[in-house]
Amino acid sequence: MTTDSPVISCRNAWKLFGPNPRQYLKSMPAGHGYEDIRADGYIAGVKDVSVEVAKGEMLVIMGLSGSGKSTLVRCFSRLHDITGGTIEVEGQDIMALPEKELIELRRSKMGMVFQSFGLLPHRTVLENVAFPLEMRGQDRHARRERALEVIKLVGLEGREEYFPRELSGGQQQRVGIARSLAIEPDIWFLDEPFSALDPLIRREMQDEFLRLQAMLGKTIVFITHDFDEALRLADRIAIMKDGAIEQCDTPDQIVMDPQTEYVRKFTEDVDKAHVVHASVLAKPVNGHAVEGDPIAGDRTIHQIARQLVSDPREHLPVAGKDGKIMGIMARQEALEVLLGDSANG
Amino acid sequence: MADVATNATRTSLSMRQPGATRDPVLVALLLAAIILCAAKPVLPDFLVRLPEAWIPPLAQWLDAFFDVITGDMQEGRFGLIYITRWFAEGPLDFLLGVTANLLEGKYRWPYMSDPIPWAAVAGLAAVIGYYLGGWKLSLLAGGTFVWTAFMGQWELTMQTLSVLLVAAPLGFFVGLVIGIAAWKYKWFDNAIKPILAVMQTLPFYTYLLPAVIFFKVGPTAGAIATTIYATPPMILMTTVGLKKVSPEIVEAGKMSGATRWQMLTKVFIPSARTEILVGVNQVIMLCLAMVVLTAFIGMPGLGGKLLAMMNSLKLGRSFEIGITIVLVAITLDRLSKAWVRKLPEHHPKDTPFYIRYKYTVLSVVVFAGLYLLAQPIEILNEVGRRQSLSMGREIDGVFEAFLNLDSVQAITGTIRYVLNVWVLIPFRDALLWIPTSAFILLVVAFAYGVGGKKPAIYAAIFFSIVAFSGWWDRSVITLYSVLSAMAISMLIGIPIGILAARSEKWSERMLLACDTAQTFPSFIYLLPAIMLFGITDTTVVLSIVIFTMVPLTRYTIEGLRSVPAEMTEAADMAGCSRWQKLTSVQLPLAMPTMAVGFNQGIMFAFFMVIIAAFIGTQDLGQELQRTLAGTDLGKNFVLGINVSLMALTFDMAILSWANRRKKALGLD
Repeated sequence: MTTDSPVISCRNAWKLFGPNPRQYLKSMPAGHGYEDIRADGYIAGVKDVSVEVAKGEMLVIMGLSGSGKSTLVRCFSRLHDITGGTIEVEGQDIMALPEKELIELRRSKMGMVFQSFGLLPHRTVLENVAFPLEMRGQDRHARRERALEVIKLVGLEGREEYFPRELSGGQQQRVGIARSLAIEPDIWFLDEPFSALDPLIRREMQDEFLRLQAMLGKTIVFITHDFDEALRLADRIAIMKDGAIEQCDTPDQIVMDPQTEYVRKFTEDVDKAHVVHASVLAKPVNGHAVEGDPIAGDRTIHQIARQLVSDPREHLPVAGKDGKIMGIMARQEALEVLLGDSANG
Repeated sequence: MADVATNATRTSLSMRQPGATRDPVLVALLLAAIILCAAKPVLPDFLVRLPEAWIPPLAQWLDAFFDVITGDMQEGRFGLIYITRWFAEGPLDFLLGVTANLLEGKYRWPYMSDPIPWAAVAGLAAVIGYYLGGWKLSLLAGGTFVWTAFMGQWELTMQTLSVLLVAAPLGFFVGLVIGIAAWKYKWFDNAIKPILAVMQTLPFYTYLLPAVIFFKVGPTAGAIATTIYATPPMILMTTVGLKKVSPEIVEAGKMSGATRWQMLTKVFIPSARTEILVGVNQVIMLCLAMVVLTAFIGMPGLGGKLLAMMNSLKLGRSFEIGITIVLVAITLDRLSKAWVRKLPEHHPKDTPFYIRYKYTVLSVVVFAGLYLLAQPIEILNEVGRRQSLSMGREIDGVFEAFLNLDSVQAITGTIRYVLNVWVLIPFRDALLWIPTSAFILLVVAFAYGVGGKKPAIYAAIFFSIVAFSGWWDRSVITLYSVLSAMAISMLIGIPIGILAARSEKWSERMLLACDTAQTFPSFIYLLPAIMLFGITDTTVVLSIVIFTMVPLTRYTIEGLRSVPAEMTEAADMAGCSRWQKLTSVQLPLAMPTMAVGFNQGIMFAFFMVIIAAFIGTQDLGQELQRTLAGTDLGKNFVLGINVSLMALTFDMAILSWANRRKKALGLD
């Protein structure tokens, strides 16, 4: 398989809840909205969603509670059976998989972390982490070794014999993370993993998570209702409302160029300077003079604020990752991002 | 809030006096009943009592049905009896033989020459008690067995426990499997629900006779009846527990790649541990209650001895056996409840195995040590008749003397006289006087006024079946005992509950007392009534009163305590006096919970009235007990179903009211 083909590919996926969803979806007139469907006695958990997740990418799904983000991610792992459309994981249509192969897929490729941890209360940390390994029939010795390895990775060494109720929330979620990593999954689903935690611990866990991701480089689908968290972590963000994806884009684009009113409202309060990178504002040179030292494209406007204010140049050159000039950025435009719309008067 | 309170008062009043509401259906039903009563002299006979000729031979039909499913296969019948008899004589008999050999020393496999010494059993119980609940439980568990041995009741107790040791695990497994099936398959759940409801109200005599017929007389029949009786709550708790497993745990299991079997055994069942263990507790307690009652089919053991002693009015010795039964009940209850609460604990790394498994090691050491010690030291092995500390004979004398005191006789005699002549007999005669048709209408009116339409329809069907069963008068007498006992019980139990609920300390004490009392096998409740009133009609009613007071008091306290604090505070701030607060805020809000207690009381009463039959009543219980001597399976079932249908009528009406009320008050 080439690296270009997406790991998860979801086309026109529907998930309806109600008495007879399949039948209803077939007979439903095109263009039926969420409220129309509800009036017919069905709930659209996932509504005509098409999205792809590339290898090694971190897609963050965002939305208010009830927007269908958890449902969507459960469709990816077939914890929910979709009502219509197709979902392919590594090129396999998962709805076509027989139970045995589905179990095999989960045993070898997928890991998932849950909001309230989903730890088995009667098992120790070690036994919880080793659980997926036990399910696939690994012998006691091998699974103990692997479990200890992941426990160490998440920083819970010395707590192997504890029971979940003896741990704090943050520690419990570390166990959840360790368990999901035990089988070395290619695809990692995280369903609001940090929202049950205190703000301070949440921050710490996010850092921890970024550290792990830098080390492991997995394909990740991450759910959150916290926009700051999404901006911190995401390669791309998909914003959901009423079961449908409103916009799926990079954080910069979402902030700079909201496609719908809903997304605009969502991003209204965000401090854009923290999100937008210089590279996004860079425009083709087009005959403007390129003078002086370039700015690194992967820095946010906030990070170059000082320079922006004091630099005399009207147009600043921006350098890409390879160090070559990729374009120029209008200083005025950057200042507007930095200071907000009030700069316009 | 005041609005809620007054509203609740109004409804609760309307429950006590159905006539107060102006529902036309209710008025019509009551009017019809009154007219039928008033017109009794001129009514056609069939409205007063159904003529014999109209009564279908239900018992014969049932007998024919049982013949078909049990009978000989050569005659083209189903031959169920061969299967059940095989089970009884094969595996079940073997298991009972093993426990009987170990505990009583019967000559069966594994052919241990002597039963296990009492000291070893007591020691083991003490260690288990310590493991589950510390010193107090250790003392209780060990002490119970020491008491038993020194009272000279060791063999009796072991006869009872050896059946329990087989019946309880059997009930556990059967309940677990059926519970899992009911959780997995909706249709199965729907199918068994009504059966379970009937089973839980069926009088225990109805369990006994089929057990005897299908599974041979003796311990096997006792074990089977016990198991069947104890299984329903296990089924229920299993289903409840499995349904409650958090969806994230389920999903975590699925994402770990668990197969269906792995999901069940490694995710669902361990996660439902608490509910399943609560089920185990109930199985054990019901098994004990039932094993004691198997005395009625001639099973030896504590129950058998108690029955014999009570029959010959040896009160002192009955009293001692009663204490033993109560101690065993409390011990089993506390141990199994402690097990529910017991959570696993971790040991630091590199703990040596004898510390990691210290309780296992300790059990083995104590058991083996006392076993060996008992070989040379005879008193640890068996407490002989001479050495026993039983004072039964002496207490017999004391009781006799006490009851013969003129003042005591005067008091009990007066109570008996007043109750009998002024209350019970007039009430019974009045109920018997009411024409059948009017009676059914009254019951339907009650069910309609309290529970609504659906319970009313069931009430009509159920009581019509009772009328057509041909046992109307006896059913009415049964109902009379239940109702009069409930009335007396409410007069005593509810005020006690209200008083206790006034202070935190007393509510806790009362609740503990009630909880403890509820673990006693029902048979025990006959004892104090018989002691005071001998063998008379009043005794039956009073034993029911004592038995039903427990849930009434308990739920009154719980209902009052569950009233949200801000409501009572609001009442205080509104300037309510204590009495006003009680009647217009606390009681209305507590009513739904109290109704549950009332309902439980009625169920208990139906249960007890049948047991009390052996004192000599004229109700269904008496007839039921007679069937035990023969093979009248059909009649036995008809009688049992009658009791069950009457109980279910009340159950549906009251619970439906309680649930609606709870919803209306937002207490859910």
